[in-house]
Amino acid sequence: MHSVLILGGGVGGTLVANLISRKIKKQIDAGQARVTVVDETGEHVYQPGFMYIAMGNQDPRSLRKPERRLLDDRVDLVIGSVSGIDEADRRVSLADGSSLDYDYLVLAMGSRILPEAIEHFEQEAHHFYSEEAALRLRHALDAFDGGVVVVGIAGMPYKCPPAPLEVALLIEAELRERGLRAKSQIHFCSPIARAFTIESVSEMVTPELEKKDNELHTFFNVEAIDPERRTVLSLEGEELPYDLLVLVPPHKGAQVLMDSGIAPAPGGWLPTDPHTLNVGERENVWALGDATNLPLSKAGSTAHFEAPVVAERVAALVQGRQPHARDSIYTGKVMCFFEVGDGKGTLLRFDYEHPPKPPAPSRLWHVGKILFNKSYYQIVPRGRGGSIEKRL
Amino acid sequence: MTTIELDTSPTTTIDARGSYCPGPLMELIRAIREGQVGDTLAIISSDNGSKTDIPAWVHKAGHELIGVYPHEGYDEIVVRKLK
Repeated sequence: MHSVLILGGGVGGTLVANLISRKIKKQIDAGQARVTVVDETGEHVYQPGFMYIAMGNQDPRSLRKPERRLLDDRVDLVIGSVSGIDEADRRVSLADGSSLDYDYLVLAMGSRILPEAIEHFEQEAHHFYSEEAALRLRHALDAFDGGVVVVGIAGMPYKCPPAPLEVALLIEAELRERGLRAKSQIHFCSPIARAFTIESVSEMVTPELEKKDNELHTFFNVEAIDPERRTVLSLEGEELPYDLLVLVPPHKGAQVLMDSGIAPAPGGWLPTDPHTLNVGERENVWALGDATNLPLSKAGSTAHFEAPVVAERVAALVQGRQPHARDSIYTGKVMCFFEVGDGKGTLLRFDYEHPPKPPAPSRLWHVGKILFNKSYYQIVPRGRGGSIEKRL
Repeated sequence: MTTIELDTSPTTTIDARGSYCPGPLMELIRAIREGQVGDTLAIISSDNGSKTDIPAWVHKAGHELIGVYPHEGYDEIVVRKLK
């Protein structure tokens, strides 16, 4: 019996489970293989929708689905929290005391946010990386009647790299629509030398910030929040008073991966081969999605394009064959939409060798993002996205 | 190849080769946060942007850039923590 164990039921874990089960269905039906997903909650959450809870009128309920309904019938689902990984015995322990053996292990445990890592973050700063936080930000925006808005990034890497820029631009558009722009200032703080890590995207978005009078502060690495003076301080010595503070919280990989010695501290990102997606030198362990240390966006799209590679490699081992060359090498492909406000957006499409060339912002890509968000559950987790990707 | 001539060896050397922007800068920032005033930090980077981005950051953050030393396939950037 070949046992395939997938830790995590997000975009990457769910999609890879469905793709593997489709490839090895004969072996599963013959009792020669099994595919199991372990997920902490049993509920799949479409995280890119959180931003729209804060910035639009997204109904949080539509972002959640039972994981079981998204998985192929041939995939087993175990709801539980992973408490340890014993690589020598090829065994994963769960918090309830049970354990699962594996021959092939896929680590799709995502990233986690740590707002508590910065003192006063939870009392003073808003974010949009959970449903609760996004709702709280929406309420704060509803109550906002003008003043200084500071949007920043309190740790890299983080999920959905365009999101803080999108939020700064969307807040600007909203304040303008509500007649509050003249009595408001918006500051965008980037930890690096430019607005965005990828130069071509920076070149696209910096004029958008300038055009809309959003002040860009580069090399602003959040060091502390002073709640009495309502001021955020940077490591570089800059201070910005705020009336509304929105910060991307620090992110890390799963603690259990660090505790098990697979992912190094302090970040906990898995050392992942950029093309095979194997973890370190391990031939039977792969990583995808946010959990890796790859120099790519931590975004569902990355997991989406990595999943077929992992699925082909696992299926080949189960079936005792060589992986198909074309399907088993990840090229770093990522594709994501980027909102710039006023009902316009652009598209970032890139890979390891080709940086993005974002088209001029237009309504088309904003509508594309909205349609994609609405159709996510029908296409992505079940692996039905091929035709859409080819058209883009 | 240039040889680095320092009075003393760096307190900390960070090998960030293979990491892309902003990885090397973020590694240096982490080391600066963890280090002591007066420490000398050497960051080794194969990312082309590091030799401009890191000195610009060091200037803004008020530390001392001791030097940028090109090697075959990578640069070594040495910084002293001043505060």
